[in-house]
Amino acid sequence: MAREPGRRNVLRRHPILSGLAVLIVGFVAWSSVNSYLHRPERENIAPVEATPAIAHLQPVAAFASLPDDASRSVALFNEAGRVIQHPRCMNCHPVGDRPTQGDRMTPHEPWGTRGSDGNGAPGLECKTCHGFSNFEPSGVPGDPHWALAPASMAWQGKTLGEICRQIKDRTRNGDRSLDDIVHHMAEDGLVGWAWNPGGDRTPAPGTQEEFGALIRAWVETGAECPADASAALRR
Amino acid sequence: MRYTLNINGASHGVDAEADMPLLWVLRDLLGLTGTKYGCGVAQCGACTVHVDGEPRRSCSLPISAVDGPVTTIEGASGPVAEALQAAWVARDVPQCGFCQSGQLMSAIALINAVPRPDDDDINAAMNGNICRCGTYMRIRAAIKDAAAAAGG
Repeated sequence: MAREPGRRNVLRRHPILSGLAVLIVGFVAWSSVNSYLHRPERENIAPVEATPAIAHLQPVAAFASLPDDASRSVALFNEAGRVIQHPRCMNCHPVGDRPTQGDRMTPHEPWGTRGSDGNGAPGLECKTCHGFSNFEPSGVPGDPHWALAPASMAWQGKTLGEICRQIKDRTRNGDRSLDDIVHHMAEDGLVGWAWNPGGDRTPAPGTQEEFGALIRAWVETGAECPADASAALRR
Repeated sequence: MRYTLNINGASHGVDAEADMPLLWVLRDLLGLTGTKYGCGVAQCGACTVHVDGEPRRSCSLPISAVDGPVTTIEGASGPVAEALQAAWVARDVPQCGFCQSGQLMSAIALINAVPRPDDDDINAAMNGNICRCGTYMRIRAAIKDAAAAAGG
């Protein structure tokens, strides 16, 4: 193969250019090695632990030994509170206009808002993405009544005692009687979705039947609410 | 299973599993490729179509749950769609263009619901449609132009 004519001569004739070329090649090589040696350390992020599913709530009978109805009632509501304060329920009871999602209750993506009636904004209603049932191929959950709880029923950031009084307050609970509340908790389909959430979402603790029995027993024992320790401390 | 769908005013019979997303039916079985696959998990809006006039993410809608006539970008028509098309051209909205059929289907639904949308209305309705070229300001301006032109 013929040698490139005059190549050596070019380098000899332009020592400055040759020097520059050597410098550039050297710099690139040095930066590559340097950036490799000083590469950022990988962040040591702990793996996300899956929220463990809780198979059963304590049955009503477990509270029979308590001395009086009032303390039994509070204990029953505390047990039911494991469901009420679970992400499956809290995510759609936000304080603001935007729901949260997932076991870690991160802000909902896309930025859904409650709109005028809890069904989303015109043009981006809940039903734009959420169908009548969970859709496993895309992981999008669904229910025929998928919607946000009204603002008066906001639970996030509240103590269980505050939520309890809110649930009983007919000016904030959709004008429901205690019997209506029992029916809602024990039989409502959208409430029931919490135990059949699909995807990788952790179901609410126990079963809706167990939860309904606790709420029924809570009402029968006087519907007493847990003391609001944090509110007392704030005062 | 055999399903019969009304798509863009025409009846189509297709054989599909009950949980096949409408998006696959449109693109793979019927060749209506104007509706795009973006994320497949209802996060980007590229697959937006109308069912009974209302926007739906076709990637998350099984064929068995389609309960009304479907309109895709190929069948979008009427004063609002035409006004949006003209505004889209006038403002050079599309850049790479991939998300635009979904953007337009959402924009049509928005103007149908809110004839003169303000910035808040547009942000609330359109934030589920992602544009990786970042044409959001043009989209917002074009929607306002189209709403005015359509007489809202």
